[in-house]
Amino acid sequence: MDFWRVPLDAEEVVTTKGIICILEERCKGCGYCIELCPRDFLEFSSGFNKKGYHPPVVKNMGSCVNCHYCEIICPEFAIYSIEAPE
Amino acid sequence: MKPAVLTGEHFLTGDVACAEGALAAGCRFFGGYPITPATEIAEHLSERLPDVDGIYIQMEDEIAALASVIGASWGGVKSMTATSGPGFSLMVENIGLGIITETPCVIVNVQRVGPSTGLPTQGAQGDMMQARWGSHGDYEIIALAPASPQEIFYQTIMAFNLSETYRTPVLIMTDEIIGHMSEKVIIPDAKTIKTLSRPKPKGKKNRFRLYEPGRNGVAPMAAAGEGYNIHVTGLTHDEKGYPVMTVEAQENMQKNLSEKIQKNLDDIIHTESYLLDDAEVVVISYGVSSRTSFSAVDEARKLGIKAGFLRLITVWPFCENKIKSLAKRMKGLVTVEINQGQIHREVERCAKGMTKTVLVGHAGGTIIPPERVIGALKGLL
Amino acid sequence: MGSKENRSRQIVHPLDHMLRTDRLPHIWCQGCGIGTVLSSCLTAIKASGLDFKNVVMVSGIGCSGRAAGYVNFDSFHTTHGRAIPFATGLKLSNDNLNVIVFSGDGDLFAIGGNHFIHAARRNIDITVICVNNFNYGMTGGQAAATTPYMAKSTTTPYGNPETPFNLPLIAFAARAAYVARWTMLHTRELTDSIKEAIAKKGFSFVEVLSPCPVNYGRRNKEKPFDTLKIYRENTIIKNEANPADVDIDYHDNIVLGNFVDTDRPSFMDNYKAIYNSE
Repeated sequence: MDFWRVPLDAEEVVTTKGIICILEERCKGCGYCIELCPRDFLEFSSGFNKKGYHPPVVKNMGSCVNCHYCEIICPEFAIYSIEAPE
Repeated sequence: MKPAVLTGEHFLTGDVACAEGALAAGCRFFGGYPITPATEIAEHLSERLPDVDGIYIQMEDEIAALASVIGASWGGVKSMTATSGPGFSLMVENIGLGIITETPCVIVNVQRVGPSTGLPTQGAQGDMMQARWGSHGDYEIIALAPASPQEIFYQTIMAFNLSETYRTPVLIMTDEIIGHMSEKVIIPDAKTIKTLSRPKPKGKKNRFRLYEPGRNGVAPMAAAGEGYNIHVTGLTHDEKGYPVMTVEAQENMQKNLSEKIQKNLDDIIHTESYLLDDAEVVVISYGVSSRTSFSAVDEARKLGIKAGFLRLITVWPFCENKIKSLAKRMKGLVTVEINQGQIHREVERCAKGMTKTVLVGHAGGTIIPPERVIGALKGLL
Repeated sequence: MGSKENRSRQIVHPLDHMLRTDRLPHIWCQGCGIGTVLSSCLTAIKASGLDFKNVVMVSGIGCSGRAAGYVNFDSFHTTHGRAIPFATGLKLSNDNLNVIVFSGDGDLFAIGGNHFIHAARRNIDITVICVNNFNYGMTGGQAAATTPYMAKSTTTPYGNPETPFNLPLIAFAARAAYVARWTMLHTRELTDSIKEAIAKKGFSFVEVLSPCPVNYGRRNKEKPFDTLKIYRENTIIKNEANPADVDIDYHDNIVLGNFVDTDRPSFMDNYKAIYNSE
């Protein structure tokens, strides 16, 4: 991040990192998680699940910040994030 | 605070006797709506239910009244509503819900002259077929027909017991004449009144099946808040209660619902036989028309006619076998009812042409005079 | 395919213990918002710390009504429009229950309209969550009491000649204790609002706007992301707005927020006070 004035504790503050867990068979390929992720972390997979939908896959490894937005916007209970271990 | 059972001798109208019977049976929720001639049941219970820690609520229409009664039953409470023809017509959709979800509840129909608004303050027996087939689809139902305020007291208790035992809505098909007449009603000691409750689940909670029939064909029932995570739906469902959209699920569910009643007819069907042993012609009747029938049979006997009377206490399920056996040996059957021939059709169907079947009916509004019945009996001989 | 993260650990969604997972995936369409509303509702129930044994969900008929079949509580899927009187009987028979009615705009405000206003008037202690997708979705997309003026539907093929209800205004006029409107996009505000609604003593009502891509959306040239764009850009949050001013007008901003939060005695409070003191 670019700051005009760097906060005094910039070195200590650590942004959380997250790991995405996807229940592929529940996904219906609506794309909400992909479109609405603030970090542009996901994309449609090329493969598909049993029902023929394309579940999301990770696009930019490491940029998930565990904001949980994909988890709470998903209508299918098919995706959630957990905090990445140190 | 008066007790639930007002032991003693009283002079009560049929409506009030019905309300007292409900309290004696353990009813603690009434969702009501005013309608002539059933209003007094609601009024009396609105006064008495707080005595026994029960709840009376006046809903916005009869549809809501029955919906609230079914909801309260799933909360674990014995519940009832009371109405007349026009209100009953509104309730029939939710009767279907009560049947498919196997909910114990009691619905009183104090019949009045129909169709539509009809004669609100006068009695008739014109809703009997609607009681059986009012809701859409195939189903079984239990309907009782009391003939006096004393009897309505006992039959309300019986209705609750049957509804709880068989997890089904039970109808009490009375009428304005019984509902508004006053007669002596003896309410016995509470200890002598037997009340039954819905079968309770046994065993592990996570193995519980809300719609799996037990030994007598009835599934145990868990209420909301007991930790069984039940799912209750009006859709066709499997034995867990989950909706399943297959023909097999429908066939299985219908089989369970139907056998629940059909296999227990001995317990459910009650009739009274009067002078049938040596009878040659038999009157078949129920409810207020029983009073006509008793008088007519007594008078006929004095005239030398060997008349008898089969009184239906349970009208639905219909006592098919009794009618068949009577049809085999009698010279004729006379159905007496204040309508244009509803139970008469059942009698005709079950008699299968083995004997003459005659209707003494009426468009509605008055009790049938015994002379008409005696005339019909004479005509058969 | 799939990220390597999800192969090596047990995948259990944080809400799985509140769902009948043997019945998932659910029947709602691709892009339908009902699942999101249900997810927010379950998160709110979880956050409220209630004993799940006493949580009951009652629903009516329609797409939203199917929600009761997916939750791992005592749940009741009743007749069309009659979820609220059923919930009334249930709540009055056992005051320990936390009864949540989860249903759609057609079920609650057309056939069920009369029951809604009376339960609100009586201040029955239940929470009503209305998923508003502006049409009758389950039956194929017919016009409903909430369908906007001039909108297309299968029964208004040339445009809707009727003007829709303002649901928060109806709830307010019937004197509901808590009234709010959100969209399924505003998940966190919605979850907090539902939590407040559940905790509130008395009749609480939360309207949630939701996309119906296959029916309403398709006929009104709204792809799912077009609907979400409206929710993101054409809405304005005005907590404590006057419900009379929150008609949904696509030419203006749709007003969202927690509009009404009052306290008055519930039906049972009054009943006990009058009748149990006799």
